Amino acid sequence: MEKDIRESIEWAKINGDVLKSLESPRPLFWVILVIALSMFGVGLGCEIYQYQIGMGVANLNNPQVWGLYIATFIFWIGMSHSGTLLSAILHLMHADWRKPIYRFAEAMTTFSLMTAGLFVMVHLGRLWQFYYAIPYPSERWVWPNFQSPLLWDAMAIFTYLSSSVIFLFIGMIPDLAICRDHLHPGWRKSLYTVLSLGWEGTDRQWRNFRMTYLTVACFLIPLAVSVHSIVASDFAMSQQPGWHVTSFPPYFVAGALYSGCAAIITLFVILRYVFKFEEYMTLPILKKIVRLTFAIAMVWTYLNAVEFASVWYSHDEASKAVLIQKATGIYAPFWWMMNFCGSVVPFVMMIKRLQTNIPVMFAVSLLLNLGMWLERWMIVSPTFSHGYYPYLWDNNQWPTLVQWGIVFGSFGWFTLLFMGFCKLFPSVSMYEVKEMVYHRSLALKHTERNLAVNATELAEKGAH
Amino acid sequence: MSQHHILALFNNFNEAEAAVSELRSSTIKGFNFDDLTMKSPIEHPEVESVLGERSANVQWFTLFGALFGGITAFALIAGSQGNFFSQLKGGKPIIPIPPDLVLTYEMFILGGVYITVLGFLVCAGLPARRSKLYSAKVSEDQIGLLVKVDQAAVVTIKSIFTKHQALEIQEEAGK
Repeated sequence: MEKDIRESIEWAKINGDVLKSLESPRPLFWVILVIALSMFGVGLGCEIYQYQIGMGVANLNNPQVWGLYIATFIFWIGMSHSGTLLSAILHLMHADWRKPIYRFAEAMTTFSLMTAGLFVMVHLGRLWQFYYAIPYPSERWVWPNFQSPLLWDAMAIFTYLSSSVIFLFIGMIPDLAICRDHLHPGWRKSLYTVLSLGWEGTDRQWRNFRMTYLTVACFLIPLAVSVHSIVASDFAMSQQPGWHVTSFPPYFVAGALYSGCAAIITLFVILRYVFKFEEYMTLPILKKIVRLTFAIAMVWTYLNAVEFASVWYSHDEASKAVLIQKATGIYAPFWWMMNFCGSVVPFVMMIKRLQTNIPVMFAVSLLLNLGMWLERWMIVSPTFSHGYYPYLWDNNQWPTLVQWGIVFGSFGWFTLLFMGFCKLFPSVSMYEVKEMVYHRSLALKHTERNLAVNATELAEKGAH
Repeated sequence: MSQHHILALFNNFNEAEAAVSELRSSTIKGFNFDDLTMKSPIEHPEVESVLGERSANVQWFTLFGALFGGITAFALIAGSQGNFFSQLKGGKPIIPIPPDLVLTYEMFILGGVYITVLGFLVCAGLPARRSKLYSAKVSEDQIGLLVKVDQAAVVTIKSIFTKHQALEIQEEAGK
């Protein structure tokens, strides 16, 4: 059986390799950065234009009030679930293969939440009035509606974002201390000195660190589930046809984990090459993520089928009409594409020799996320174009270039933040990789000792 | 009597563990076992078997934070809704419990996470200035044992460290 990581790898080498990634990545890093910056520039330009002219330039109207902005908002919220899955759930399950890759997944969580938050602002149009969602005591004693899923959403995302940032930071403290101790003097060293908080790796610090990390991980799991359930409530608690479905919260959570896992594969491949992490982001680990993604893909496919079946057999004519319109109307190519990417493409992951084929898995992960993005769009737009009243029927809306530009820019923004993070902070957890190596080498020694004892016993029996 | 700080660096955990065990079992005048600190590049849960039970009280901060967050959130939300006592609610409850529980739950988690982190900083003694006896090798691959001893015990402690193959011993005369 192939090993997740080489047990004999020296600890000093782990430090050296990861610290080197902060200083000299492959040239592709700069190419990605320039592309990301250009994409972000396009998005920023579109947002400035929309801000100056008004929401009309996005072609949002009544009833098509949400469009790509909210669809992409859900997409980015979904992406954020990968970090929680890898860091918290697999941490509690003692799956130590997660150790070399969880840090970037946590960073992904943070930055995708930040990107999702931007879409709320973009969708709001009147950016300067976002503070209406904050429950501050005004002189008129007017409060936000605490019974509205939209307010729950704002609160849930704030809680998730701040908890994720804290989780990311706390987990990084020992590594920041390594950076502080081993990098040359300069602004980076000063930054790490401040951020490492004077960590020395004492038994007292480790003991409390372990307890804190575990506790925050335990909080993050129900939080992640609640965040996407609340996002699902934005839809499911309304009376709109196609949205008022009981299974929406678990369907959203499964979709979130699915797109998050697919994104982990994409970033795994990129980071492995760009930062020369071939020794840590190994093919056996890739195989494990691929298998996990496939399992989640099947859960999502099942819940997707449940959603269609509930609508089809419910005799709710309006919901049924929306479903038929999705499959046969103007959105049909995208709806079928979503089903193909989300439910058929993952079967490539079943082929054993392709599970570690990097170009194939990279392409598959991109297709999966295309499917998941289309899924969110297919949830949002078709319902608005085929509501309860006849005047709403065939009210199809095609997003304008401004909407597309902002969506496009969001990928640039995310990439910019993510790659910037990986250049500034260790994207592979050095101390956890050392732990992994240490525990695996202990287990190996234990097995070898047992084998030797057994061999001796057998030899003795043979002699008798 | 003046106190000395001694830091010994070991190549691996087993050697450090052996030194700690000997320090624990022997009675050395001027040395209190509770003044021994182990510094390591990774977390060694097994260190507790040699250092003895040392408490971690973060969980009490967590409990307080979560309860504080949840209760405060519910009180604030219910308080703001109670502001509408004088208004007609059309038969609906003034303070609707089920929807309010959603935000209470979120704040329960938020309070729990924030105060847990505060507890971590308090219990782990962070942020702190790095002690003078610190070696960057501890964050690489060596195990450090830091002890605070009286002048009289310095020689004995050092000999124990040397016996267990300490790679390097640093000493600092304190107050």
